[in-house]
Amino acid sequence: MMYEIRDLRLSFPDMTQKPLLGPAPRIEVLKGLSFDLPKGAVLGIVGGSGSGKSTLGRAMLRLLEPSAGSITFDGTDITHMQEAQLRGMRQRFQMIFQDPMSSLNPRRKVGGIIAGPLKLHGLDGLQARVDEALDMVGLPRSFAQRYPHELSGGQRQRVGIARAIALRPAFILADEIVSGLDVSSQAQVLNLLGELVRELGLTLAFVSHDLSVIRRLCDRVLVLHQGVIVEEGETAALFEAPQEAYTRALLEAIPLPDPDQPWE
Amino acid sequence: MSSYLTIKNLTVRLKNGAPILRAVSLDVAAGQVHGLVGESGAGKSMIGKAVLGTLPRALQVTSGEIWLDGVDLLSLPASERRRRIGATAALIPQDPLTALNPSKRIGPQITRRLVDILGWRKQDAEARALDLLGEVHIPDPARVMRSYPHELSGGMRQRILIASAFAAEPKLIIADEPTTALDVTVQKQILRLIGEMQARHNTALLFVTHDLGVVSKVCDTLSVLYAGKVVEEARMQRFFMRPIHPYSAALLAATPTYTNPDSSLTPVPQTVTDAVEREVREHDLRAGA
Repeated sequence: MMYEIRDLRLSFPDMTQKPLLGPAPRIEVLKGLSFDLPKGAVLGIVGGSGSGKSTLGRAMLRLLEPSAGSITFDGTDITHMQEAQLRGMRQRFQMIFQDPMSSLNPRRKVGGIIAGPLKLHGLDGLQARVDEALDMVGLPRSFAQRYPHELSGGQRQRVGIARAIALRPAFILADEIVSGLDVSSQAQVLNLLGELVRELGLTLAFVSHDLSVIRRLCDRVLVLHQGVIVEEGETAALFEAPQEAYTRALLEAIPLPDPDQPWE
Repeated sequence: MSSYLTIKNLTVRLKNGAPILRAVSLDVAAGQVHGLVGESGAGKSMIGKAVLGTLPRALQVTSGEIWLDGVDLLSLPASERRRRIGATAALIPQDPLTALNPSKRIGPQITRRLVDILGWRKQDAEARALDLLGEVHIPDPARVMRSYPHELSGGMRQRILIASAFAAEPKLIIADEPTTALDVTVQKQILRLIGEMQARHNTALLFVTHDLGVVSKVCDTLSVLYAGKVVEEARMQRFFMRPIHPYSAALLAATPTYTNPDSSLTPVPQTVTDAVEREVREHDLRAGA
């Protein structure tokens, strides 16, 4: 298993309710989630805004520390691991961000951006690794000399993907990575991600509010609502026969590009 | 059927002469919804901004006509034009949080336009605002009138902006990506609400969106834009059955649908973008000649 997650709980202090003196009450965002993510699987995490889907992703990468429960990554319990130890692990789980414009340093060239994490993890042969990463995402090597603002949205998102895969991680979290793109670039990025998962044997968690995108890419889906797993299962089964009312409502609300779809 | 909005050969350029809209023409009749679709940068929002007179400073209308309720806006002096637009058109913006003033209560934000611009009495404006909030299915409108924007959810805020847009009975409403920031379930409610309000008030609606799924639910007709040029204008049913322009067909093929997972998701092919780029260049040559 890539991930074994048991009764995962995560809460934040609710600063709107904080008394003048004393601690703020805590508000629970993840309310006891349990699931397994097998190696090589592509898991879609879907839900409305505020459902906790991004928080779950961040907890899986230990960017947030759970308040209870456990997260086991590839056999290692990382639930409360210290940052110094985590740093050694981080090479193995990477993230691709939603907005490539704000997650790529505008003052660095693409080559430097991709090399950044490689240096941090003390890897050698930077040039070769950067070139290889650019090849894998289908960008010309000459792009290493460009700045993010010189690229289109789709190209920028490829740089974000290149930065993540350059470290050769086992697991990648992609958080809403196509929601800011036009359909054409979206199709390209999705196709690319699908290829990379197959070629590199990646395990992928794909956070999205868009069920049509999830259906294309993922083999398992987890539906979150208000911090609870509403339904989890194989993609085809879940789409064809959703068991829960919330999942059905979510599916029925998607406007398909088809005037004959019932939309009462 | 009379057209509330008729745009003829509208060309908008950057101050340095680069075209942003290329001889755009379209018609929206009373009670009709016209969709403007295209990728980002295609100029779909700029059409709405040109109509409302809110183009960014760097852009200007260089030729064409915009007829709103029988008057060519571009032939009017600036102050008269603004008055006409204020009295006959309204906007439903994309982001309901930035469109509302965070430091003011909801009530005055709806009534201000009626009182200050249209000269209504304050009591009348408030009564009208209460009615409208009821019409957009807001529970306890009196309480919401006294609330601040941050106290309300995204869906509620978007309902308030819809109510506000319909407040002065405009002939034309421009909705610019009104549901992009919302969840699918809330989006569905809001789209239905816009449709319901638009039909009840017999308003002409210009609906800007990048989402072909949304278009197929709310529009009667649509224009597909590429680089500021209308590449296809169609009735909705026909468009989804048989898109004529290769670029339209390519856009449809690139749109993922959960009901059809096995069809390959094709990005717009290079041959299609090359062809449509060529079309745009030919248009520019003709326009320059």
